[in-house]
Amino acid sequence: MSKYSEILFRPVFKENPIALQMLGICSALAVTSKLYPTLIMCVALTVTVSLSNFFISMIRNITPSNIRIIVQMTIISSLVILVDQALKAYDYETSKTLSVFVGLIITNCIVMGRAEAFAMQNPPGVSFLDGFGNGLGYSVILIILGTIRELFGTGTILEYEIFPLVQNGGWYVPNNFFLLPPVSFILIGLIIWALRAWQKDQIEEPEFKMSQNSPEIVPNPPPTPSSKAAS
Amino acid sequence: MIENYLNIFINAIFIENLALSVFLGMCTFIAISKKIEAAIGLGIAVIVVLAITVPINNLIYNYVLRDGALAWAGLSDVDLSFVGLISYIGVIAACVQILEMFLDKYVPVLYNALGIFLPLITVNCAILGASLFMVEKDLYFGESVAYGLGAGVGWALAITILAGIREKLKYSDMPEGLQGLGSTFIIVGLMSFGFMSFGGIIL
Repeated sequence: MSKYSEILFRPVFKENPIALQMLGICSALAVTSKLYPTLIMCVALTVTVSLSNFFISMIRNITPSNIRIIVQMTIISSLVILVDQALKAYDYETSKTLSVFVGLIITNCIVMGRAEAFAMQNPPGVSFLDGFGNGLGYSVILIILGTIRELFGTGTILEYEIFPLVQNGGWYVPNNFFLLPPVSFILIGLIIWALRAWQKDQIEEPEFKMSQNSPEIVPNPPPTPSSKAAS
Repeated sequence: MIENYLNIFINAIFIENLALSVFLGMCTFIAISKKIEAAIGLGIAVIVVLAITVPINNLIYNYVLRDGALAWAGLSDVDLSFVGLISYIGVIAACVQILEMFLDKYVPVLYNALGIFLPLITVNCAILGASLFMVEKDLYFGESVAYGLGAGVGWALAITILAGIREKLKYSDMPEGLQGLGSTFIIVGLMSFGFMSFGGIIL
């Protein structure tokens, strides 16, 4: 039992797809200015990645390895078309807001990456859990971003007023800065910083280290009289 | 006429830069930007693939998929636009595969230089994203050539700039948790603010 919960929850904090594996970043940035579309996006991605892992794992033994990418792509894009059509049928407004980003789940590296790295080696049930866990890991970061950006950008969460706005007689002046897309980059950077302060083993080794100041090494030794004479 | 094409080209490079304004292709953008040489190689590969796939997808959309497009075959009330996604990704995967074989046979120098980047491009969302934006903007064939080329040049420009900054940055002393990925995200955010200033340009 603990093995299953391990598979399900490891991607949420220890191997977060966005913060550590660098997967699926594109959509994390463009859709998070409001919480509601963010939630829809999270559901769409989680459904796609769980089901694609499940189906790819089911046919993993009969897929020839040299055309597996095409096979995976076909399964993933069929699932995304289903999600896209369902969204257009039941929530047309949100599907307009998300515009091309639902379609871009096809090339979201989380889906492809988990299919390659996990579903090709493991039985369907476990693969489904792994996909679901990675969907959750993605959703956690997106929901944090969506909440921060909507709260500070418009003073609301899911359209419900948290900070009373100045124009409604309250005290909060909405900070439009948070609605600009580049802010999500900076917020993700800060989230990664916080996560790594907690999970120390995720820190990357620097390629270059400053040498510590030590008394033996004197920078730029003063020219000695003999060298002056030689020149 | 030529003005219109130039307009779309410049617009795709600076104002609607795929990487820094609509945030597409971020995974490879962040992963491959440690060295300038690698970044330029990937940038060129993206320009080539975009300049080929966007016009092809434009033809497919206009003559097969869109509502009433099959009128030339006598099927004027068929709307196939719901299979758009799967056809575009199929075209992209096929193009990348053909391009890889072609380069391997005739231009081995370029093939060795691009090497591992070509297969990576299939799953780069910038490529599919450009095709989807082309459909959304409803461009003509000629316009789609200009758009594909411009989008590619814009993406290549952005990844080259980022790689340059990161090469300098590795000598700097920063908090442990920010090393690598964290600082890269913040820099991309700042670059993106820089590119927002192009938004005011009216051509």
